[in-house]
Amino acid sequence: MMKGLREHFKEYRRRYIQLMTAVLYNCNLGGFLSGRIGNWNSKGLCVPGLNCYSCPGAAFACPLGSLQNSLQNSAFRFPFYVIGTLLLFGILLGRLVCGFLCPFGLIQELLHKLGRLLHLPDIKKNRLTRGLSYLKYGILIFFVVAVPVVRFVPGFCKYICPAGTLEAGIPLVLADEHLQAQIGLLFSWKVFVLALCILGCMFCYRSFCRFICPLGAIYSFFNSTAFFGIKVKNDKCTGCGVCVRTCKMDIKKAGDRECIHCGECIKTCPVGAIGYPCPGKSSAFKN
Amino acid sequence: MALLKRILPWVILAGSVIMISAGIIDHGFRDVMGKAIIICLECVGIG
Repeated sequence: MMKGLREHFKEYRRRYIQLMTAVLYNCNLGGFLSGRIGNWNSKGLCVPGLNCYSCPGAAFACPLGSLQNSLQNSAFRFPFYVIGTLLLFGILLGRLVCGFLCPFGLIQELLHKLGRLLHLPDIKKNRLTRGLSYLKYGILIFFVVAVPVVRFVPGFCKYICPAGTLEAGIPLVLADEHLQAQIGLLFSWKVFVLALCILGCMFCYRSFCRFICPLGAIYSFFNSTAFFGIKVKNDKCTGCGVCVRTCKMDIKKAGDRECIHCGECIKTCPVGAIGYPCPGKSSAFKN
Repeated sequence: MALLKRILPWVILAGSVIMISAGIIDHGFRDVMGKAIIICLECVGIG
């Protein structure tokens, strides 16, 4: 029985980590009941993944929201803290955050599974999706950097972020009659964007993560040099391409900028050239 | 080039720690975060 449990956790460990992460980020259960945004000291700490600061249950801050907020005030102060935090998460983890530590990544994967249960068409990766993967860099530059600096509003949070709508906008509006009276065109637009995102994820694996998410775009710059995450042993790799064909993300090789380090390719590599390096032993893999 | 690839992650890691420390010393990590509550009501499309 113990062996069976061990095998089960090994098979589903990434899912369990994602679930525990989602619960940890949003552990302020009282906030969900009261419909109020928490204002603890812990809200000064950023989590690695996309998790709206304004979620009633959020115990920590969103790195993307914090970055935009800081850039709004950048004329007065350089955002050392937020940029340093993003650099730290990036160089330690890269897009391992996307694969393991992002609640919205979990939601997207569950939506994709729901789409399969409903027998919806599954849009597989192709040249178009590979091209669309560059869109998130444009969104990063325009909505996350330019709009806050020039227009003094958090552009991505205000006009796009579906995680904010799902985790914060909708729960807050449902819990507070006064807020219900205040919603207008912008809220309707945000709900429309959320609906598009939900539909997109049901047809196309992690469509928000691949094409839209600016946080994934930031972490992708560090993906090949991050301390943790999937590595390929070049002396063992035969270039067969099985890992690329297996992967649902738009990778050109395991561990590149689009890789979320989910580990699906590890099982399929015929020569065992892919794995998570053991800490302190660069030649050994822990699969 | 190989040497640069090996030391670059450590340089970035050290730089990030220095920047975080500088940010906390400069204005405390609550300063900017504290404003986010008001802004975020707007930014989730309410109001």
